[in-house]
Amino acid sequence: MCLAVPGRVLAVTEVDGVPTAEVDFGGVRKSVCLQYVPDAAVGEYVVVHVGFAIQRLDEQSAQRTLAEFERMGYLEEEFGAR
Amino acid sequence: MKYLDEFSNPELALRLVEQIHAVTTRPWAMMEVCGGQTHSIIRHGIDQLLPDGVEMIHGPGCPVCVTPLETIDKALAIASRPDVIFCSFGDMLRVPGSGRDLFSVKSAGADVRVVYSPLDALNLARENPDRPVVFFGIGFETTAPANAMTVYQARRLGVRNFSLLVSHVLVPPAIAAIMESPRCRVQAFLAAGHVCSVMGTGEYPALASKYGVPIVVTGFEPLDILEGIRQTVVQLEAGRHELQNAYPRAVRDEGNPAAKAMLRDVFEVTDRAWRGIGMIPDSGWRLSSRYREFDAEERFQVGDVRTSESPLCRSGEVLQGLLKPHECAAFGKECTPRNPLGATMVSSEGACAAYYAYRRLDVVHI
Repeated sequence: MCLAVPGRVLAVTEVDGVPTAEVDFGGVRKSVCLQYVPDAAVGEYVVVHVGFAIQRLDEQSAQRTLAEFERMGYLEEEFGAR
Repeated sequence: MKYLDEFSNPELALRLVEQIHAVTTRPWAMMEVCGGQTHSIIRHGIDQLLPDGVEMIHGPGCPVCVTPLETIDKALAIASRPDVIFCSFGDMLRVPGSGRDLFSVKSAGADVRVVYSPLDALNLARENPDRPVVFFGIGFETTAPANAMTVYQARRLGVRNFSLLVSHVLVPPAIAAIMESPRCRVQAFLAAGHVCSVMGTGEYPALASKYGVPIVVTGFEPLDILEGIRQTVVQLEAGRHELQNAYPRAVRDEGNPAAKAMLRDVFEVTDRAWRGIGMIPDSGWRLSSRYREFDAEERFQVGDVRTSESPLCRSGEVLQGLLKPHECAAFGKECTPRNPLGATMVSSEGACAAYYAYRRLDVVHI
């Protein structure tokens, strides 16, 4: 449950007064709270844990990690069963 | 070499393994305090790629595993109430309480729901204003900001039917407790990367210095772990004991200031009993007085729970690195992921579950 997964910000809106992004995780899209990385912009990558962005990540590292997680089945474990 | 083929970049993995072998002159024991790292180490056989005598001890890094039995029993009591919607991360459903688990309570008719994020539970509360909605807020510093924000929003939006059953645990006091134990064999730590993404690295230099142990922050991808081990062995061999950040792409020294500010507002430090280990002073967070009205323990008056742990389960020794999972007599017999006696056999980040899923009996040398 401590998995934190990098994803790409597709769009930023506001939900209940809180910056919220639509984030793509290698094909799976989720709504992500940007309270803690409020200036994350469309196209940037953020590290997401239980629906919250906790840090930025550069694109190259993010894509490498996503490929690794995909290979190990972590993405399905994180998003598949829920 | 069979394990190396499973790395995303076998050449880099081999280079790191060779460097670790080249620098090692004697036995060392280091502990990882991150369930994701434990899972990765066992799954990829990283411990078996290391020089003879360099041992990975799997510490209490799985939040599901260390959540106190008493809190699990409180969760079961609250979830069993007919009006309650009880929300949890999926990992918690099979964690054994004193008699039952959340899964069996759900099968018996309780409204237990698995959510991806605590904000999903808050939304459920807004959609069901006539029913109490409780979220099981467990986890290390990585998860706490999400739960903090959810309670903050509940208060700000006036969602009074929402509450949080809180059992947060903190890594630095656990490191101190492990080092203070008379049976401690740990000579260095790998620190959890995403805990430090939130909290930064500021709490660790004093621990490294006080206990004379290198502490190296790293991630849980296999190559990150190998690099973390490499930096740790280099320090040990040189007689150094410093904080090093081997995961700078996701960890800044200062952590995430906005998350830390929210944590300071919503939580306060408290003593916490760790399952299998016992009470560790100042090792957890509970809701601060400003948010106490959202505390499920107060709202549902579940203070008088009586716990009883399986007499066969030795997960406490596993969590302290005194026993490897397969050395427990119940491992794979009375205790399996389907019928776990202890939490370390439940979570995919628990050492027993990882050994059960991946441990090969043949030791591979390169």
